[in-house]
Amino acid sequence: MPSMTGAELLIRLLERQKIKTIAGIPGGTNLPIYDALGRSERIRHVLARHEQGAAFMAQGMARSTGRPAVCMATSGPGATNLLTAVADAKLDSIPIICITGQVPLSLIGTDAFQEMDIYGMSIPVTKHNYLVRSAQELLHVVPEAFRIAASGRPGPVLIDIPKDVQCQTIDVPRLPAPGEPEAAPDMDREAIDKAARMIDHAKRPILYLGGGVTQSDCAGIATRLAEKGSLPSTMTLMGLGALPHDHPLSLGMLGMHAAKHTNMALEECDLLIAAGVRFDDRATGRLEGFCPDADIIHIDIDPGELGKLKTDCVGITADVTSALGALLDSISTQDRSGWLSRIGELKKQYPALLPGTDDPTSPYGLVSATAALLGPDAIVTTDVGQHQMRAAQAYPVTRPRQFLTSGGLGTMGFGIPAAIGAALAHPDRTVVCFTGDGSMLMNIQELATAAEQQLNIKIILADNGALGLVQQQQELFYEDRKFASSYANRIDFTTIAKGFGIEAVDLADCDSPMAVMTKAMRSTGPALIRIPVQAADNVYPMVPPGAANSTMIEGASNA
Amino acid sequence: MPNTANRVVLDLIVNNHPGVMSHVCGLFARRAFNVEAILVLPLGGGETSRIQLLVDADQRLDQMVKQAEKLRDVHEVSLCDAESSPFEELGREFAA
Ligand SMILES: Cc1ncc(C[n+]2csc(CCOP(=O)(O)OP(=O)(O)O)c2C)c(N)n1
Ligand SMILES: [Mg+2]
Repeated sequence: MPSMTGAELLIRLLERQKIKTIAGIPGGTNLPIYDALGRSERIRHVLARHEQGAAFMAQGMARSTGRPAVCMATSGPGATNLLTAVADAKLDSIPIICITGQVPLSLIGTDAFQEMDIYGMSIPVTKHNYLVRSAQELLHVVPEAFRIAASGRPGPVLIDIPKDVQCQTIDVPRLPAPGEPEAAPDMDREAIDKAARMIDHAKRPILYLGGGVTQSDCAGIATRLAEKGSLPSTMTLMGLGALPHDHPLSLGMLGMHAAKHTNMALEECDLLIAAGVRFDDRATGRLEGFCPDADIIHIDIDPGELGKLKTDCVGITADVTSALGALLDSISTQDRSGWLSRIGELKKQYPALLPGTDDPTSPYGLVSATAALLGPDAIVTTDVGQHQMRAAQAYPVTRPRQFLTSGGLGTMGFGIPAAIGAALAHPDRTVVCFTGDGSMLMNIQELATAAEQQLNIKIILADNGALGLVQQQQELFYEDRKFASSYANRIDFTTIAKGFGIEAVDLADCDSPMAVMTKAMRSTGPALIRIPVQAADNVYPMVPPGAANSTMIEGASNA
Repeated sequence: MPNTANRVVLDLIVNNHPGVMSHVCGLFARRAFNVEAILVLPLGGGETSRIQLLVDADQRLDQMVKQAEKLRDVHEVSLCDAESSPFEELGREFAA
């Protein structure tokens, strides 16, 4: 192997990790890397318009494939622009690798132009990070970064590479093996046996499935476990798709915007089997009031999650796939007809009411119309707000990695770049992004990237001229004092989209909205469909922040 | 003189490079978990260091240990008695 520069070595190592697409933006301190990347025949670069967009694109690739994805930025402002999306990846355990340029080693600590301590700044938002001090170090840092990002509980890794390290020439006699995920730790068989006995003896068990089921790729096993034990199953926002939405045992999403029967069933359960979840407050409501009568089995690959919030659980540190697989072998087949008929009663008593689903211009109807037009193969991304919660409530999610949303950080601006990333990784599929007028403005510049790449992305904009979810909270919890939450200046989003080179239609005052929508959905390439909605249309039901899940505020249609 | 009552010493073996202290201290800082006293010395050839942290023995300690164990630069975490730890002796020196 001839000698090469640090930058060339980096690109070789990324090629060996089978990276096909990198999103990023060049600048002074990562130009050697870009120079080497430009000469790669295996990696395509997608030029983002903002580094936050680049990192969310990497997230879209990683969330939709389950494999680590890469983004790049220059030092200083380029690197700091990544941080929100890196934090988002940390909270949702998404494996992305961020590669930042840094000023030369000799200038570190001198406040050099575009020097910023991104190593220090990224510590709390990454799973691990590196400041590379020699080209030689890349030989172990790059494979290790991929291994760490994808092992155990996945997460983001940042590699900061000073410019002189990128230019340093070294002899590389042999390239290291690509970094692969580590094998999961051995699980505690005794705990599994105990858990299996608890499930067998439970009268009113519920399976509570989260993002860990997706990460561990075991939705099928989770479904079979539910079926064998007749376990009604609820999913977190991150776990949607673990059971298909129309599975008879599915209770849908739990928590703040769950169907009321789901939260009421949890209220009655005597055993909660929690797998790949972290008892987030949006899912549990006031923790002391969550499943008040239940024993809890908690399975997670991250030992730090066990006992973090709920302390008296049977904790099993394990890969969710092996643990659920072992439980599937150990539990007995049951029909639990009494409990299932009680669930049926709750569903009748507190049905999930999603008003207006047959009108494609209503807040829920736009979700169901989209799903009906695109079918089960489409990938969905969302932004953050009322439109996101409606998509989570109403989109018929049938498989993991279908519904991509910012769960833990709740980052407005996630939707469009994440959709671009998903589309780059799945050129054969349509990707739909449900967004709001507030969120869309937070990364609207990436419409240029979508247009340039001619990706099959359909953006469904529920335009209410407001930060709808904020207004909803002000109305309900601040005596209706709406402040700083509506836009006096309405924006013509279709004109803007067209300015970016994107086909755009407006369903306002439209005679045949379904026909217009169908045409936009069936065309190839990106399209924006704007649908005017009312900010006053709140998302119900809703658990007030800090309240128990059994206290749900219901809207007119639920009352 | 540090008060060692209701306190324990967290003993960490870590990689010895400039970012490690940030990782370890950041873990405590962002969980609002006060580190009362800290002691760091390199081990052997200087590839690794040993850090001792004097911390409150409250109910969050278990979580702190688990989080510390997750740090990639941390090789080992153990708990020791605060009494008769180096902090007692150092405390007398510092006060003198
Ligand atoms: C980056 C960021 N800033 C602020 C918030 C707080 N926030 C949550 S929802 C929301 C309103 C979102 O408005 P829009 O995208 O129009 O969605 P809508 O609720 O109107 O459907 C805001 C400001 C956030 N989640 N993310
Ligand atoms: Mg809005």
